[in-house]
Amino acid sequence: MALKIVKGSIDRMFDKNLQDLVRGIRNHKEDEAKYISTCIDEIKQELKQDNIAVKANAVCKLTYLQMLGYDVSWAAFNIVEVMSSSKFTYKRIGYLAASQCFHEGTDVIMLTTNQIRKDLSSPHQYDTGVALTGLSCFVTPDLARDLANDIMTLMSHTKPYIRKKAVLIMYKVFLKYPESLRPAFPRLKEKLEDPDPGVQSAAVNVICELARRNPKNYLSLAPLFFKLMTSSTNNWVLIKIIKLFGALTPLEPRLGKKLIEPLTNLIHSTSAMSLLYECVNTVIAVLISLSSGMPNHSASIQLCVQKLRILIEDSDQNLKYLGLLAMSKILKTHPKSVQSHKDLILQCLDDKDESIRLRALDLLYGMVSKKNLMEIVKKLMLHVDKAEGTTYRDELLTKIIDICSQSNYQYITNFEWYISILVELTRLEGTRHGHLIASQMLDVAIRVKAIRGFAVAQMATLLDNAHLLTGNTQRNGICEVLYAAAWICGEFSEHLEDPMQTLEAMLRPKVATLPGHIQAVYVQNAAKLFATVLRKHEGETDSHAAQETSQLLIDRLPLFVQSANLEVQERASCILQLVKYIQKLQQKKVEVAEEVTALFAGELNPVAPKAQKKVPVPEGLDLDAWINKPPSESESEDEKPKAVFAKEEPKHSRSRHTEVDEKELARRREARKREQANNPFYIKASPSSQKVYDAPGVEHIPVVQIDLSVPLKVPGMPMSDQYLKLEEERRQKEKAERKKEKKKKREKRGKERKADSGPESEEDIAPAHQVDIVTEEMPEVSSCYFGVIKPTVHWFPVQKSSKHKKKKQKKEKEEKEKKKKKRHHHHHHHSNAGGEDSVQNGTVEEEEPLPPMSNYFLLAENSYIKMVYDIQGNHQDESKVVVSVIFENKSDSFLKSMEFNVLDSLNSKLQRPEGAGAHDSLTVPFQLPPGISNEAHFVFSVQSIVMPQKLKGTLTFIVKSDESSTHEKLDFKLHFTCTSYLITTPCYLYDAYAKLLESGDLKGSSLRLEGINMPFHHLLARICFHHHFSVVERIDSCASMYSRSIQGHHVCLLVKTTVSIDAKCDEPSLLGNVLDEIKQTFSKC
Amino acid sequence: MQFMLLFSRQGKLRLQKWYVPLSDKEKKKITRELVQTVLARKPKMCSFLEWRDLKIVYKRYASLYFCCAIEDQDNELITLEIIHRYVELLDKYFGSVCELDIIFNFEKAYFILDEFLLGGEAQETSKKNVLKAIEQADLLQEVRRLCFLKAFRGQKHFAVQVS
Repeated sequence: MALKIVKGSIDRMFDKNLQDLVRGIRNHKEDEAKYISTCIDEIKQELKQDNIAVKANAVCKLTYLQMLGYDVSWAAFNIVEVMSSSKFTYKRIGYLAASQCFHEGTDVIMLTTNQIRKDLSSPHQYDTGVALTGLSCFVTPDLARDLANDIMTLMSHTKPYIRKKAVLIMYKVFLKYPESLRPAFPRLKEKLEDPDPGVQSAAVNVICELARRNPKNYLSLAPLFFKLMTSSTNNWVLIKIIKLFGALTPLEPRLGKKLIEPLTNLIHSTSAMSLLYECVNTVIAVLISLSSGMPNHSASIQLCVQKLRILIEDSDQNLKYLGLLAMSKILKTHPKSVQSHKDLILQCLDDKDESIRLRALDLLYGMVSKKNLMEIVKKLMLHVDKAEGTTYRDELLTKIIDICSQSNYQYITNFEWYISILVELTRLEGTRHGHLIASQMLDVAIRVKAIRGFAVAQMATLLDNAHLLTGNTQRNGICEVLYAAAWICGEFSEHLEDPMQTLEAMLRPKVATLPGHIQAVYVQNAAKLFATVLRKHEGETDSHAAQETSQLLIDRLPLFVQSANLEVQERASCILQLVKYIQKLQQKKVEVAEEVTALFAGELNPVAPKAQKKVPVPEGLDLDAWINKPPSESESEDEKPKAVFAKEEPKHSRSRHTEVDEKELARRREARKREQANNPFYIKASPSSQKVYDAPGVEHIPVVQIDLSVPLKVPGMPMSDQYLKLEEERRQKEKAERKKEKKKKREKRGKERKADSGPESEEDIAPAHQVDIVTEEMPEVSSCYFGVIKPTVHWFPVQKSSKHKKKKQKKEKEEKEKKKKKRHHHHHHHSNAGGEDSVQNGTVEEEEPLPPMSNYFLLAENSYIKMVYDIQGNHQDESKVVVSVIFENKSDSFLKSMEFNVLDSLNSKLQRPEGAGAHDSLTVPFQLPPGISNEAHFVFSVQSIVMPQKLKGTLTFIVKSDESSTHEKLDFKLHFTCTSYLITTPCYLYDAYAKLLESGDLKGSSLRLEGINMPFHHLLARICFHHHFSVVERIDSCASMYSRSIQGHHVCLLVKTTVSIDAKCDEPSLLGNVLDEIKQTFSKC
Repeated sequence: MQFMLLFSRQGKLRLQKWYVPLSDKEKKKITRELVQTVLARKPKMCSFLEWRDLKIVYKRYASLYFCCAIEDQDNELITLEIIHRYVELLDKYFGSVCELDIIFNFEKAYFILDEFLLGGEAQETSKKNVLKAIEQADLLQEVRRLCFLKAFRGQKHFAVQVS
């Protein structure tokens, strides 16, 4: 009692203890910030006092305020003071405050080393314990280095309490100071057999974490862990050991075989769900890594699937979620085993928990068949209608399209149904997957000939109701489907019921609010429709209708001629003139339809997979011979290309041909096939192969005409549901027919077949429509591509590996040189346009050939992919730059699902489609077969351009090889230099330039380049090329250069042959940075 | 485990423990983002979510959310068990713990956590040992259980099933 009174008076001595502070904050809800700032003032006063108790109290309060988000870094030194108190009560508070507030950047940490060392060796175990705990939070590389030995000694402390903590903290020390691992490891290993279970478990923990980072160093411990696994009963330890084995098995398959038995035993026996889940996961991982040579392989999978089913059936949402998650891992390698639980997974689609539904969606991909596709999609469509969040709805949408389009529309039997689904999906508001829907529409309409009539009718309705899609927000993602709709209606306009009406719909003034690329397609296809209308009315005595159409176009097109979009403007003005001319002819009663139609003649036909094989190779054509010498092969080529081509070519081709061995040929063929398979628009080149196409490839597939009881052209929007019914009827009918047929056969042959009364098998379902190019196999030799619909995609075949082998016989050194040159050349290929331009608009004479230059810089690279990038701005938009990234697949595998993401800064932001979240990644719009590179463009918005900036980003992609597919990630840093904000702007008038310089608005700066020994014109060309300048005037020893930023800053340079640069700009910091960058460019040479 | 956060239904942070070095700014951002995400989830939803490249495991006890971030290969169920174990420890120590106990004795809540987890790994799987260590450490520092706390004891206690 007496003690309590004394203590009470001490308490009162403090102005406010932690509890008072907390209570105070709770009582000042209205003016919390003000209250806290007075508290902080008090705390500052308390910290000035000598009494350690007062200080500790103040630090304790600060720790609380730190959690509330207040900056307390100013008190770091006071925290150290409290830490070094000899009283445990205060020491504990000091260490707690340090562990909450200190981080690697806190400079006073340096002062703590000796104090911590003292505490570590304290005779009181709780002093040591508190120091270890604190250290685990704020250990820095310096502390780790200085204290590693002390902690290592503690690993053999007499008290298990300390040993356990010391072992665990060693892991943090290893991370900060890896050199300590080697000396400490033997002792760590010893601890695996420590008599105290807590220490043992700590050692297992640490080794498991280490092994996850670098498994191969820990293989030797496998037998020891095996013993521990079979003897331990502690679930926490078991889970860690099993996880460790999961990391080791990919390196040592024999281990996997040995593991299966004890793991399955555990699965059978354990009642702890966490352990069961860990075992199942590891078994799956082991089986995936073994993949072959397992005797009772399927039994283990069955066991896992069974156990997972129990998890999924459980009423606990958590178990359900994890069960589905693990199922999806099995689905990748053993789809059959999962498929048998289809009922359960479909059931999960109705779960009230969205995260569970999403997991179930992931699994659906492997669940569909021809038989149940319509049903499953119908269910998903219901969910789409009900879905609340846009994220979930978008996820559903992509899943529906994924499921339907997988393996070349393998499971779709009725494409009318699919088109209807796509049209129904366009009704979703605010989705950002318009583009996806559009590409599906195009793909189906082009490849499934039989569907075109129906598709065109649907698309015409869409165009007619375009206002429903675009709504108020004109940049709505869904309007992308109009791109597809317009193209389909135009291209296949012969199927249109009323082309005139569609034409009218496509030329409505509202169209001008659509994005430019869509308008361009509208204009172009309006012309196609015009041709169709003319042809329709040809021969009619009354030419009124045809003339009316011309007038419509002449009335409406001027709107597009005024468009700000270059493409739209160009097409519109071209077509407008054409129509005007046609109108003149019409007035003279000249028949023009045929000529106009000829403009768009040529049918876009799909091609049978093996069509090209049937084309005989013309005599004398050697497909494997080089047409042209590979450019980097010889230096003499540049000097006398004609001679080389004419005289040496035959010799070259022959000798090379023999160099290419069969293997190489097969490999190349394979690469080509993959590339073509990836291009859905790979289509035959000339009508001459028509015959071939008609002959065997497609003909043997039964194309069943559907007998529809409902009229095909449903007024308004279609209803996909009707197809479900129709499909069933159709199947019934077919089945009946087949039965009849079989009966006949049976009558004829008597025995052979059993009665077909059971449910029909997958193969029995004949599709109503057939996709052309059904198989992945593609023609062997490509003669030409056409029908590429997306204009932004270019292919840059990188002829790397194919050329390598041919040089085998040559000396290695030579080869290296050539490779180097080739790389130059390759880059040049992308960039020469810009390079030449900038040189031309200066007055640089052709003195010496310029070395090749590239403005593509390496962005990031790993063993799979290489990315190079370039940043360009334009004057139209002062806040946007376009980053062009070339992705090059370096591996032998197929790369797909590439997602590009950047962590936005306040200043620079990646432009994402409407509706996308601020952190969503952008899908790269192509896939990469091995050895192929392709370019994608990303738009960034920038605010201030005077400073360079770096943005961190990540590319994720799936590497798909024959056996497996893995998910990979590549981090990169996008460097927005100030140069990238400059645009080459020719300044032809020296007078204007001089006036600008004299105006006095510009501030000056200068730069000297040291150690440059290159011709002056090279120097100028480099500045032009790399820094987007143009030469205004060049007089003997100096040149004036000019450039403009996207925000209109003028940058002027005076470059002298003495390699000094005088510069002027209206924005000094921009200029400073540009000069720095110029300096950097030349320091690299 | 990368970090553990305790926050109330109103989104007020009650305890934070970071096992990875991050700047204060980043910590604040993560906290804000996670509190929002977790509070937005409906009560019947499962306790796991994928967030950035981490897995979030959370559980609600009365008015407090316990939220842990673990790495991809970590076991979600054992993390739930860790959360539960921590709640049990708090419950034993404070005797029917409620949110106010943690607010007013937040340093104690940290001490208990530090005896249970170290560097993001469970260091002691026996409840008894953890409590023993805390009690002995407390003996060194005269225990100051505060009488006024009892005034708030009308609050709802955590629904802890001690198994």
